[in-house]
Amino acid sequence: MSVHVAPVRVASGTFADDWRAVKVVWKRELIRFSRNKPRIVTSLAQPVLFLFVLGTGLSHLIPGATGFDFRTFMFPGVISMTILFTAIFSAVSIVWDREFGFLREMLVAPSRRWAIMVGKAAGGATVATMQGVIILALAGVVHVPYSPVLLLTLLVEMALVAFMLTAFGLALASRIKQVESFQVVMQLFVLPMFFLAGAIFPLTGLPLWLATFTKIDPLAYGVDPMRRAVFAHIPIPPEVAAGLNGGVTWDGWRLPTALALAVVGVVGLVLLGIAIVRFSKTD
Amino acid sequence: MNDEPAVLVERLGKVFDDITAVDDVSFDVPVGESFGFLGPNGAGKSTTINILCTLLRPTTGAARVAAFDVASHPADVRRHIGLVFQDSTLDEYLTAEENLRFHAELYGVPRDLAEDRLRDVLEMVELWERRRSVVSTYSGGMKRRLEIARGLLHSPRVLFLDEPTVGLDPQTRAHIWNYIEELRRRESITIFLTTHYMDEPEHCDRIAIIDHGRIVAIDTPEVLKSSVGRDRIELRTEDDTAAMAELRDRLGLEPTMAEGAVRIYVPNGDRFIPTLFADLSVPILSVSLAQPTLDDVFMSYTGRTIRDSEASNAERLASNPFIRRRMGARR
Repeated sequence: MSVHVAPVRVASGTFADDWRAVKVVWKRELIRFSRNKPRIVTSLAQPVLFLFVLGTGLSHLIPGATGFDFRTFMFPGVISMTILFTAIFSAVSIVWDREFGFLREMLVAPSRRWAIMVGKAAGGATVATMQGVIILALAGVVHVPYSPVLLLTLLVEMALVAFMLTAFGLALASRIKQVESFQVVMQLFVLPMFFLAGAIFPLTGLPLWLATFTKIDPLAYGVDPMRRAVFAHIPIPPEVAAGLNGGVTWDGWRLPTALALAVVGVVGLVLLGIAIVRFSKTD
Repeated sequence: MNDEPAVLVERLGKVFDDITAVDDVSFDVPVGESFGFLGPNGAGKSTTINILCTLLRPTTGAARVAAFDVASHPADVRRHIGLVFQDSTLDEYLTAEENLRFHAELYGVPRDLAEDRLRDVLEMVELWERRRSVVSTYSGGMKRRLEIARGLLHSPRVLFLDEPTVGLDPQTRAHIWNYIEELRRRESITIFLTTHYMDEPEHCDRIAIIDHGRIVAIDTPEVLKSSVGRDRIELRTEDDTAAMAELRDRLGLEPTMAEGAVRIYVPNGDRFIPTLFADLSVPILSVSLAQPTLDDVFMSYTGRTIRDSEASNAERLASNPFIRRRMGARR
């Protein structure tokens, strides 16, 4: 036992050190995700169920839209749903980290807290986007063409939405101290967010109270651009499109795609900021 | 490095809501020493260690670790300390190797050195062969060894061990102590540990006994034990109740029942035993004479045993939500 253990000199607190922390936290999310095969499968089962069971059932209720598959309408919504649940689950896993101690390992490291949170947000967003891509692969089944432009557009939009949702989850998680509270989060935030986003029904012609709620749902600003991208690539009678693709409006004005995406980005950054501040507090 | 102590604590205090967890504590730990914080659960050991690790802010007073102030330079402190908490902080989904790599990246260990260092620390705790196993397959003792290895990965100047052996079987505990000894020999590191196992801090150069947030005694284990000035005699008799009554009435002692035997404290125990046989009418089955232990030291300073203190502390702290959660998580 006369091995010489070489002492090492560690980080001096430069940006490069924090960047390494961002990358390793990101990488951990990917490793954990890839090790959890049941999670991948179950989080895909739900969107598939929505798209093919609920979607097929609902399409019989839509009168007049002959030659149009209602599931095509639902497709961007179901992608958003996949991203929503995966992103929130990833972010809220930080509560598990708190419960099982690993959060401490991260919080006592010399790296700055923003680096941990940015890594976590990037990791959750990557994982959620990857899940979204799997659903995206089903596009052909619901008559959405595999156009490279469309796929690329959706990919970018998915990544942005995934980032915003992970940041939302982290901001929530900063307030949750116990794993048991996760159910509350799902019921109180995640499901309303999903229903109000225009993912499974159009936002056009809603009663005022409901329309108001949809406007404060950040996910609605992500679903709209995705649906517009899909609708731009399929043949659809204008009168049918008008009813289904109303999107988010402010005082009757339809938000352009760029502005809707900007809302998603800004909300994401603000929520990430909140998460960083909350996790940086020392008692 | 300069001559400043590895740990310097000046009039440190920490108050949670209305509970004073640490009360005006001062001490220092010279570089290279192994220093033990001994006391019942809830006495303020973990709070103190959390302040020194920059996880909690002191309410009053100041502390410096590796020559950096814990309140104003937390990142510098963190860079120079290693931590092993009483609750595991490993990622059980990752392998041992991945846990250590994660740590190396987080602490900015240079990449060209990280792999060698990783091998060194894993070999030291005899986990190199198991490095590719996912941590959830490890036993409690292996996890603790891995955490010690991880705490050393970035060559800290001070290694904090908060109850490093809690929840482990005696054999594994002994092993862990061997590693810690080995470590001191090889890394010339300062070790700061807490424990509520009375036999453990014998390994330390110096011990502070803490009770109700205050340091009641601080010295080497030898000096502390000799300061008790009394030996412990334990006797088993045919009728313990009668024996206790006689010891009390005839000899003016204060016998207690502990671990199935009658326990008394007397100066010069070896000379007292003949008196015992002469004066006691109850037949004696066995007598044992023991030098004072740290438990006796604790008793002589606080008037209570560690175990009694833990019972009352648990009650006292049950009203504090912060600590209650921590205790709940410890199960």
